[in-house]
Amino acid sequence: MKDKNKKAESPLKINRRHFFSQLSVGIGSLALGSLLIPDLFKSDADTLGGLPLGIPHFAPKAKRVIYLFQSGAPSQLESFDYKPTLRKRMGEDLPDSIRQGQRLTGMTSGQKNFPLMPSFVDFKQYGNSGAYISDFFPHIAKIADDICIIRSMNTEAINHDPAITFLQTGSQQSGRPSMGSWMSYGLGNENKNLPSFVVLTSRGKGNSQGLYSKLWSSGFLDSKHQGVLMRSGKDPVLYLNDPDGLSRSDKRHLLDHVSSLNKLHHVETGDDEIESRIAQYEMAYRMQMSVPDVMDIKKEPESIIKLYGEDCQVPGTYAANALQARRLAENGVRFIQLYHQGWDQHGRLPTHMASQAKDVDQASAALVMDLKQRGMLEDTLVIWGGEFGRTNYCQGNFDPNNFGRDHHPRAFSIWMAGGGIKPGITYGETDEFGYNIIKDPVHVHDFHATIMHCLGLNHEKLTYKYQGRRFRLTDVAGNLVNDILT
Amino acid sequence: MKQKLLIFLVLAIVISVVFSIKTGVLNSKNERYTDVKIPDVIDYNFHIKPILSDKCYTCHGPDANKRKAGLRLDNETSAFEELSESPGEYAIIPEKPNKSKLYHRITTDDPKILMPPIDSQLKLSTYEISLIKKWIKQGAKFKKHWAYIKPKKNNLPEIASSKWVQNEIDYFILKRLEENNLSPSKKAKKETLIRRISLDLTGLPPNEEQIKSFITTDSEADIGEIIDLFLASPAYGERMTQNWLDLARYADSHGYQDDNYRSMWPWRDWVIHAFNSNLPYNEFLIWQMAGDLLPNATKEQILATGFNRNHPITQEGGIIQEEYRSAYVVDRTNTLGKGILGLTLECAKCHDHKYDALSQKNYFEMYAFFNNVNEKGIQMTVPEAVRRKYYADAPFLTITDEDVNNTLSFINKKENEVVSVMVMNDSTPRKAFILDRGEYDNPTEKVKPNVPDFILPFSEEYPKNRLGLAYWLTSNNNPLTARVFVNRMWGMLFGKGLVETSEDFGVQGSLPSHPELLDWLAVDFVEHNWDIKYLLKKIMLSATYQQTSELTPVLKQADPENVLLARASRFRMSGEMIRDYILATSGLLKSEIGGPSVKPYQPDGLWKDTNAGRGLLKVYKKDEGDKLYRRSLYTFWKRTSPPPSMTLFDAPTRDNCEVRRQKTNTPLQALALQNDIQVLEAARVLAQNIEHKEEDTTKMLKSLFEKILIRSPKEDELALLEKYYKTTFDEFTVNHDNAVKMASIGEYEKTWENPAKTAALMLTSQVVYNLDETITKE
Repeated sequence: MKDKNKKAESPLKINRRHFFSQLSVGIGSLALGSLLIPDLFKSDADTLGGLPLGIPHFAPKAKRVIYLFQSGAPSQLESFDYKPTLRKRMGEDLPDSIRQGQRLTGMTSGQKNFPLMPSFVDFKQYGNSGAYISDFFPHIAKIADDICIIRSMNTEAINHDPAITFLQTGSQQSGRPSMGSWMSYGLGNENKNLPSFVVLTSRGKGNSQGLYSKLWSSGFLDSKHQGVLMRSGKDPVLYLNDPDGLSRSDKRHLLDHVSSLNKLHHVETGDDEIESRIAQYEMAYRMQMSVPDVMDIKKEPESIIKLYGEDCQVPGTYAANALQARRLAENGVRFIQLYHQGWDQHGRLPTHMASQAKDVDQASAALVMDLKQRGMLEDTLVIWGGEFGRTNYCQGNFDPNNFGRDHHPRAFSIWMAGGGIKPGITYGETDEFGYNIIKDPVHVHDFHATIMHCLGLNHEKLTYKYQGRRFRLTDVAGNLVNDILT
Repeated sequence: MKQKLLIFLVLAIVISVVFSIKTGVLNSKNERYTDVKIPDVIDYNFHIKPILSDKCYTCHGPDANKRKAGLRLDNETSAFEELSESPGEYAIIPEKPNKSKLYHRITTDDPKILMPPIDSQLKLSTYEISLIKKWIKQGAKFKKHWAYIKPKKNNLPEIASSKWVQNEIDYFILKRLEENNLSPSKKAKKETLIRRISLDLTGLPPNEEQIKSFITTDSEADIGEIIDLFLASPAYGERMTQNWLDLARYADSHGYQDDNYRSMWPWRDWVIHAFNSNLPYNEFLIWQMAGDLLPNATKEQILATGFNRNHPITQEGGIIQEEYRSAYVVDRTNTLGKGILGLTLECAKCHDHKYDALSQKNYFEMYAFFNNVNEKGIQMTVPEAVRRKYYADAPFLTITDEDVNNTLSFINKKENEVVSVMVMNDSTPRKAFILDRGEYDNPTEKVKPNVPDFILPFSEEYPKNRLGLAYWLTSNNNPLTARVFVNRMWGMLFGKGLVETSEDFGVQGSLPSHPELLDWLAVDFVEHNWDIKYLLKKIMLSATYQQTSELTPVLKQADPENVLLARASRFRMSGEMIRDYILATSGLLKSEIGGPSVKPYQPDGLWKDTNAGRGLLKVYKKDEGDKLYRRSLYTFWKRTSPPPSMTLFDAPTRDNCEVRRQKTNTPLQALALQNDIQVLEAARVLAQNIEHKEEDTTKMLKSLFEKILIRSPKEDELALLEKYYKTTFDEFTVNHDNAVKMASIGEYEKTWENPAKTAALMLTSQVVYNLDETITKE
């Protein structure tokens, strides 16, 4: 039964279930090699993620993902998509031939004209690849040769809620499992004392949009694949801390008695669910140690603090979360999802975007460098980006020093680094107005398919049958972006 | 170590070879079913259609756009037609499997033409192939899908011995047990049974008086009386409402990213009232679907239509009006499908349903019923709504003191306060269209309100509006409505329905384990005027319901999932029920009914961390006093950050209609039960209450155990508790500071004199509160 966290007594038994779960998702053939991946034998009865499907469809390049989500949609025109034409034609109306009837949000649909607005900041070329990166991101510029910039991302949604939901779950409507949940379902857990999917949130000073637990929900998948929100402060996981006045040995004493009484009742009822409950209590007890340990950055040396920036010592900041992400990755967490709110620059873009960029620039670059120096970048996939792009025309009054940009689903930029992704390349191209994609478009479904590929998963094969339908993260679409794969 | 590795390797190879055979690497057939006997008579609905639907319909089913080779297998006429791509050949020739192209294609050795195609990842087992062969041999008879055939009350099945049976239900259950050489279990112990009945009907443990009167009863008639008492208690309506709120996706906030406050709680108070006054299920539905359209509609009937306004509503500035208005209509259509008809209608929103005979046209014809509300995608942004104290989008109903003094006396409203509740109207007739791919800006063919004929044709006599739809839903001839409800009630009592997929009675849903019983119950329910209390009592008076849930080795082997019901099911309670249980057993529970939702303890900062920076719900401001101890159904539901003590136990977010919750078992649940202030405080208050009543340690511990588990402790259990209490007491006596800290948790009045005693007793309560048995319905 899928809603029970069954206890596995032996690796043999796990394997048997693996096979059958494979059958149930319709994966026909299995190679002997896949049986021998160490994670499979490592997992035991106490794995928090429970029994994973476990077997990748082919050799994975990445073992885990750190997704640095920039919530609210950072402007591609002030970050990675350099468009000098906009400066030349500043103030001119967006030609209809370019707009091509693209729908508008309610915020600018009333605007009489759409004056083109160039980037507020300058761009320069960096690294051997000569990637264009704006002056808002001096630290990311330093890792230009480690990242793959995609300037041709596109989505179908034009408002935040459906767009974020789409990017996180593959559907604009809520209710589907989050990407992290799919990975947890497909690949299981590497660490028996931590969840396989962890969420960290932070907020900048810019105009922000809400976040919601549905974004890390496991949807119709078993709730053990749900993202676990780890928060700054004294209770990083809900209800983690024992009350004041209860020592660790008191706790052990209490649990031993709970366990003894449960065992007596197990004999009476014959229900193995009780054994499973005992195991979950033990797991919880271990988490009380392992979570604070992984969250405790005091052990980090001065050099690391410097690398991520002083902010990383302030709990709840993006920098602190980025450092935390590395620590979680080191401890085998499969999917680490960060959200940084505040990128919705409908107005005052020059000042607000500057402050948002300052929040994330150094720590994002530091994370990549830090993973690299530890040899972890090879098997960790890092993703940086928002839910859509922003318009090349200004929203509200035309003032080059204080303007805003509306939502733009047709083209936006993100970058990826590490496990399975070619470093030092720029992929995809928009027209000279930065409005339409003219080369190598990457749709959200393609993006998902590609991420899954890096993790050794075939996006068409990882399915879950619910309400009579076999669901996939990529719905019925998605093409691999082969050109960016190593 | 090396040896171990070697063993692993050998094992791995052996397993992989064995399973390669089974999965088809070494052998093209799946032999898992070799032991299963092929039935004598093949039933299309129960044997063949599940195979075709699962493995063939994707390309040969109802979806015309995805159909390959012009072959359609879901309907009789086309399945027998000459194959358009192979003139003179037929997919199925009745009685002649070897001449049937279908049979040839599923058994061929040629991988290029094998069906299902290799790259589809689908595969037929030899068992499935044998079934298809035998079915063709027997004439390849098609039948309408079982759930669309009107249920009939067949004669009770013949059983070998009627000694065990208590009512009609038991005949159906026993019949299948006999077929499987199993016997039912003995009756549950009285204390187990009263706890079970009380939890099922009130969501609360029984109180001392109820236990006493039940323990002394003897006959079945007395059990009936006890059931009646529970059914008559106001807690019954609360329990039933809790169940309905997931289906109705009730919340106290609008949802979407801004997720500001809304005032829908008077609708929730109405639902409690409706259940308590035992409004028949057909009327319960008619009012919620179309109370506003009833002749001389009362305010109460209009209030009931809030059901269809419970969906999320955006307040995000800059949205496109029509995109969201359309989303609301879609939500209502889907809720009708999943919650009431047991159909996954939403699949047909974007394309013809791939498995059910439901077309996109059917979908938008249903959609058309809900399309005429005088509403907008967004009526006000959050800052504006906050400024103007606007918590209900039009159309809404205003409830005043006068209403409460007259007809709406069940609304628990503060005096002088005027509350607005969103309701339905049909004041803005709109044309409805099929929306291509379900997209609001892609209208194609125009449609009129209608229902799928294959379920039940829409009567000429009905008005072509929501009221007509409500009459159609509750027609005695509707094959789905009663079945779906009866099944959900069964699921509420037994942990899962006779149809396990209670949200999907369609072709892809699971088949009923006891189809005749489901039909019997559905017809009986309708014959008894859709009387919900009658239905529940009927089920509870069966011997089936009253069995023990103990799992013998024989049953564990023969029926681990308890499909055949040779025992009662044992399963974890919902998060709401667990919290209520703890509050009730500690003596903290406040029994006030209805009113605005309350904000009990929850970990700090949850709302603050993720809100959009606007609106009334940016920070969770905990309530005080009695409001901390209300039943969980009154806990404030913010969609983007629902109460963690519920969601950790599998409560949905209420963004959509849900009718079935998972029952997971996780470490986060263990942490919540150990460290949630709500639980710790309850343990302390229970300790205080007990130490004031009893002096003797053994008596104290016995009383504590009985209060929580509704049974006396066994000797070894009591011994363990005594040992635990004594060592804990000694430790707290030495460590006075810790004792004071522990005994001070929570805001409730502290009445202790000796903190070591209270703290030790409190932790002993915590031991019992954390037992599997405590949070399980047995």
